Amino acid sequence: MNFQIATLLGQDGLTNGAIYALLALSILLVFTVTRILLIPLGEFVTFGALTMAAMQMGKTPKLEWLLLGLVLIDCALDLYQQIKYHIDRNKMKMIALKLGYAVVIIALLNNVSLSEIPMIAQIALTLCLIVPIGPIMYRLFFQPLADAPALVLLIVSIALHVAMVGIGLLLFGPEGARTQPFSDSGFRLGAVMLKSQTLWVILVSIFLIVTLFIAFERTLYGKALRATAVNRMGARLQGISPVFAGKATFALAAFIGSASGILIAPITTLYYDSGFIISLKGFVGAIIGGLVSYPIAAIGAVAVGMIEAFSMFWASNYKEIIVFTLIIPFLIWRSMNSHSVEDEE
Amino acid sequence: MTPKKVISALFLSSSLLAPLANADIKIGVISSSTGPIALVGIPQKNTIPLLPTSAGGEKITYLPLDDGSDPTATVKAFKKLIDEEHVDAIIGPSGSGNAMSVIQFAAESGTPMLAPVGTAAVVLPMTEQKKWVFKTTQNDDLIAEALVEHMKSTGVKTIGLIGTADPYGENWAKVMKDLTQKSGIQIVANEKFQRQDTSMTGQSLKVLMANPDAVLIAAPGSSSVMPQTTLKDQGYGGTIYQTHGAALDPFLRLGGRAVEGTILAASSMLVLDEVPNSPSKEIAAKYIEDYKKLHGETPATFGANVLDAGLLLENAIPSALKSGKPGSAEFRSALRDALEKTKEMPATQGVYNMTAEDHSGFDERGRVLITVKDGKWALLK
Repeated sequence: MNFQIATLLGQDGLTNGAIYALLALSILLVFTVTRILLIPLGEFVTFGALTMAAMQMGKTPKLEWLLLGLVLIDCALDLYQQIKYHIDRNKMKMIALKLGYAVVIIALLNNVSLSEIPMIAQIALTLCLIVPIGPIMYRLFFQPLADAPALVLLIVSIALHVAMVGIGLLLFGPEGARTQPFSDSGFRLGAVMLKSQTLWVILVSIFLIVTLFIAFERTLYGKALRATAVNRMGARLQGISPVFAGKATFALAAFIGSASGILIAPITTLYYDSGFIISLKGFVGAIIGGLVSYPIAAIGAVAVGMIEAFSMFWASNYKEIIVFTLIIPFLIWRSMNSHSVEDEE
Repeated sequence: MTPKKVISALFLSSSLLAPLANADIKIGVISSSTGPIALVGIPQKNTIPLLPTSAGGEKITYLPLDDGSDPTATVKAFKKLIDEEHVDAIIGPSGSGNAMSVIQFAAESGTPMLAPVGTAAVVLPMTEQKKWVFKTTQNDDLIAEALVEHMKSTGVKTIGLIGTADPYGENWAKVMKDLTQKSGIQIVANEKFQRQDTSMTGQSLKVLMANPDAVLIAAPGSSSVMPQTTLKDQGYGGTIYQTHGAALDPFLRLGGRAVEGTILAASSMLVLDEVPNSPSKEIAAKYIEDYKKLHGETPATFGANVLDAGLLLENAIPSALKSGKPGSAEFRSALRDALEKTKEMPATQGVYNMTAEDHSGFDERGRVLITVKDGKWALLK
């Protein structure tokens, strides 16, 4: 081990760590606001990466059918409620808007030569395709059970993860895919070659984290979400809709997930089932933060990335074991320090 | 009758009638068309419609099942096929681990099993139980021999290994250890990775530090690409060898320029146009054409392994029919004996010569050395 190798491994660990940090933050966010452990977060990562790869191969991503299907179910449910209770003009407009959005996106995907448009447009289209799936998912699977015990929510979350992995296989096939790097150049820093994609990952991650921080500290919507996280009943009494909070956090999680996927797709081959193990490492980060503290979770996630990179070098056979064993001392420490078990139910 | 009784009566009668209604030869096919090894299982499942539909004047029915890559599900599917469907033989499963877990059930029930899996452990070392198992892929050591011979002839003295941390990679590490010892080649690095790993920096740096003349990557499917691209990115200049697990078109697509010049040994199916004419070539060409017509894409060699299993059965059934009716234990046992006596039978992957000791039956006609040239497979000359 010399300095050069240490920097290369450090660079690698930091890249992965930045992604884990993003995922850890969205796991935390979703958990504090809705009490749901978002296991399917990893699937958003792979959906993002594989949709992007499909576009670059000039294929229309089949994910559009999932979006269309979900939007149709969602609208049908809305319509049913409208007819059953009372018809509200504004709500009807919303339904039309949702349907229109799905149709516009699908029309765009089918009429634009996807492999030739600039990468930024591909990214935008990928995000437009995936992000709405988040809130619809919340509305269909979690909103009816919003007050159920956390365990029930966890079970639904796991079921959703399994279903999404299956859908991933159906939509993207078993082969892995990777995408073009954002920019081809690399540059030298002393004796070490820095890959430009690494910088992209780190910079975009930092940018997203800072934006989230500002959004939560400064904007009304951010404050509303934070209030829901602190005390759901209190927030409700203040007129913050828990449904809105749930949908917003799911949209954010879907956005962060698919953005992470797009970021790492040029560095690595992703398969339809790669997402789980990636989000699990973000989860380790979130656990280190005790599922409450954002900064500690972010630092923990970067540490996971670092430990992963170095254990890959020293003991590649035991890499996963080392990474996931890491969680045990933190669990022990957490359980020794916790004073009481809060029972929400 | 209450509805419950009606239903159970229906069930009973259907299960009684089913064996009478079709006295055909029944073959179960278990593939993993979902789950982690779907890459292998999907072409295998897609091959089922192309399997021979009759042999020795009897109709053959195939009963396809998916095990979702899960060994427990494989065992369940096996038991269902044997106990409920009374199949005469089983083709499958797709995964090495899955195949290992069902050998005893095939043996206990006396059902011949044709496994299209990579690991030689399903037929070696030969035991009383493995007598019922046949393997329609080349044994790893047959492929490895070709690679080691090439290493020797090009003056490679030291090699690094990068393999997956699963039975596939482990078995290759074992085979290479034995073979290289005999040839005086030294293994200077032996690294492992997981199929889903997002980074391979650590492993490839370790290999680079050992500075071997060549590197062998042993990984199934498209997971074989990342170690190679990482090595190339970090400036490794030696020859890179791959196993037949990489012999798939996604390997070329994902690898791009980084896989140019890779050397691997695999069945001649990939470079059919360049190999001399032979019965195997004709069969493989027909298979590829039929598969393309049906599914609109070229098949992976994994699918051809299932077709070969079908051809082996087609070849063995006429002589087995002399000893018993389909569905009987005598027929199954005769089928096993007939399979073991397969002589000089050409199929897509090469020529089969089964013996009591060798239930894979390939010789060097089952493999060629292949390289990647201008983004396409080419015969190594």
